[in-house]
Amino acid sequence: MRRILAILLENEAGSLSRIVGLFSQRAFNIESLTVAPTEDPSLSRITIATKGNDKILEQIVKQVNKLIDVIKITDLTERSHVERELLLIKVLAMSDKSRTEVKRITDIFRGAIIDIGKQTYTIELTGDAEKLNAFISTLANETEIIESVRSGCVGIARGEKALRVK
Amino acid sequence: MTKELFSGAELVVKTLSALKVKYLFGYPGGTVLDIYDAIFRQNDVEHILVRHEQAATHMADGFARATGEVGVVLATSGPGATNCITGIATAYMDSIPMVVLSGQVPTGLIGDDAFQETDIVGCSRPIVKHSFNCRKVADIPNTIAKAFYIASTGRPGPVVIELPKDILMPQFTAEFTLNSEINIRSYNPTVKGHHRQIKKAVQAITQAKRLVIYSGGGVIIANAAALLTQLVEKLNAPVTNTLMGLGGVSGLHDNFIGMLGMHGSLEANKAMAHADVILALGARFDDRVTNNVKKFCPNANIVHVDIDPTSISKTINAHIPVVGLVDIVLEQLLTELDEKQFSINEQENQAWWQQIAQWRAVKSVSYEQTDGKIKPQRVIEAMYEATQGDAYVCSDVGQHQMFAAQYYPFAKPRQWINSGGLGTMGFGLPAAMGVKLAFPDSHVICITGDGSIQMNIQELSTCLQYNLPVVIISLNNRSLGMVRQWQDMVYGGRHSSSYMESLPDFVKLAESYGHVGIQINALDELEEKIQQAFAIKNRLVFVDVLVDENEHVYPMQIRTGAIDEMWIKKGVKA
Ligand SMILES: Cc1ncc(C[n+]2csc(CCOP(=O)(O)OP(=O)(O)O)c2C)c(N)n1
Ligand SMILES: [Mg+2]
Repeated sequence: MRRILAILLENEAGSLSRIVGLFSQRAFNIESLTVAPTEDPSLSRITIATKGNDKILEQIVKQVNKLIDVIKITDLTERSHVERELLLIKVLAMSDKSRTEVKRITDIFRGAIIDIGKQTYTIELTGDAEKLNAFISTLANETEIIESVRSGCVGIARGEKALRVK
Repeated sequence: MTKELFSGAELVVKTLSALKVKYLFGYPGGTVLDIYDAIFRQNDVEHILVRHEQAATHMADGFARATGEVGVVLATSGPGATNCITGIATAYMDSIPMVVLSGQVPTGLIGDDAFQETDIVGCSRPIVKHSFNCRKVADIPNTIAKAFYIASTGRPGPVVIELPKDILMPQFTAEFTLNSEINIRSYNPTVKGHHRQIKKAVQAITQAKRLVIYSGGGVIIANAAALLTQLVEKLNAPVTNTLMGLGGVSGLHDNFIGMLGMHGSLEANKAMAHADVILALGARFDDRVTNNVKKFCPNANIVHVDIDPTSISKTINAHIPVVGLVDIVLEQLLTELDEKQFSINEQENQAWWQQIAQWRAVKSVSYEQTDGKIKPQRVIEAMYEATQGDAYVCSDVGQHQMFAAQYYPFAKPRQWINSGGLGTMGFGLPAAMGVKLAFPDSHVICITGDGSIQMNIQELSTCLQYNLPVVIISLNNRSLGMVRQWQDMVYGGRHSSSYMESLPDFVKLAESYGHVGIQINALDELEEKIQQAFAIKNRLVFVDVLVDENEHVYPMQIRTGAIDEMWIKKGVKA
């Protein structure tokens, strides 16, 4: 089962490498990982999308928690949450027809064309993983994909629930 | 008034002294010469110069295991630091409090592949509890204090601190200030067991018909042996110890049913397999204990007490997990039992003990003196007799280690010192040296083999320099016995690289290092010469005992079987 883990940790040299090292050392899966400082610059927040059964997930959560500079970890997928990922994608858009078609698909998915080259469009889209996948395969049917980059997902719990220090 | 200023190197030594560190085990080199200079100019902290940095880590480790204090190591950058890796991993696997101070190239050169630059924090990351890259002179005291705190609290473990050369040099100075309290917002290990879990645990224990207490290294680390014994007696429960937990309850206690696991006693493994409740205390269901996890004790309700939540339900699912320090949880359990005015069900308890008596009667831990050859087991018995059971026994890794664990009953915790988790050959001698330093008036034995002893033999030189008269007893079977045993059992007797054709003359070797060497090659002189070795005071004695090279360690679990499926002796199943 796919899980999204949110981790709050000290924003210090080496803390990210400890997390990444832990996952590879214990053969835990990382589907995606994002990291950035929070509004409090002494803290970083990592979101990891991973796969595993309940037993593996329990170990992942405990092992991450055991790292000295981790303050908190939570499994967002346990409760209702919001999940977003950013996609930047460059596609071939040469003919009028393909330009119109790419524009139309982008509108339907509520994306935005953010750059135009002589023969290309660069599009930005946010959404959950499923939406991004659907967008990419729809585009692929219409034109050639030249390059794409995904941020990996970030997530936050719905309602009052929050991941913060105390 | 202006405050006094110190160099980084001086701050290192001042901090160690403030933390009451008596010994620092290390080896000098370019990046730490300022620290060595600072050591030279004071008398609080004594530096022990080893002959190889690996030995420094094992010495610090042995010191820590025997005393419960943090062992401290100092090494230079690059090769000095990488030589520490095996010792750090050894301490990590057995949860030993250790702080390793490693030099590093000057800050400005980090990342340039400078001379003797190694990313030691990166290299050691998977085998430390935590590590620090110290980058400012003023940070040195509190970084070291934090490292000590982390190393010694919760589940103990090694902590590495990397100190670049420039912040140690006299050009940069800072005041010496140590925070009176250490506060790490992201590190607050649980101490007390949750009261609801304690209630559940007591309920399970008191309703058990066939209870077994399975105790591990956590009981030793937490100094909980007396409390464990109290609980064992209150419940009249059978108790088994892991290899790391020997001495947690006296090996001579009536309720002790032996070590469990791969080379454990039949009664211990049988009792585990037939238990309806297993109370695991500071043990981690290691694969050398459980054998095939799929067949592990299917009928047992498992209560698992451990300070480390990751140990709980990692390999074996716990029905009642209790996270907390073993000593505190034991107190909680005892109090709860008193409050419940618990008394044991005599009938059920008797029936359980009768069953265990039948397994005990097999005498699975025994050997036959068939010919005139010296059996390794007999050497351990002679060693026990000569020391009247009152010695620190520090072991290397192999058959000799298992024989020592089986045939030397440990009456007290911290008496048995071995690398159980990593199984590091070469651990025994330096560990024994660390123990001897801490307890110069006690018998300290290094039990070893012809293979293991050669992995840190150079430390015989350190023993002379610092007058560390340990007694080395080498069960010399002219082979890597444990490897050979597996080759006999699993690889059709093909002894691929498991025997040694070019052993040194260990007696002469010991003598050339300035020690006493004794060789024993006849059974009828065994006892006398062992006695003689222990009678020599103030000299290191190396006893080279030529033992039967064909002896195997039994009993032994049958691979892929259940915990209690065992070979009792060659070709005989339980
Ligand atoms: C550093 C290291 N390398 C290899 C091994 C694998 N190993 C385990 S026991 C053993 C043989 C040990 O030989 P010896 O010290 O003579 O002890 P014996 O088994 O003969 O009593 C070996 C090679 C190990 N445990 N540690
Ligand atoms: Mg040998």
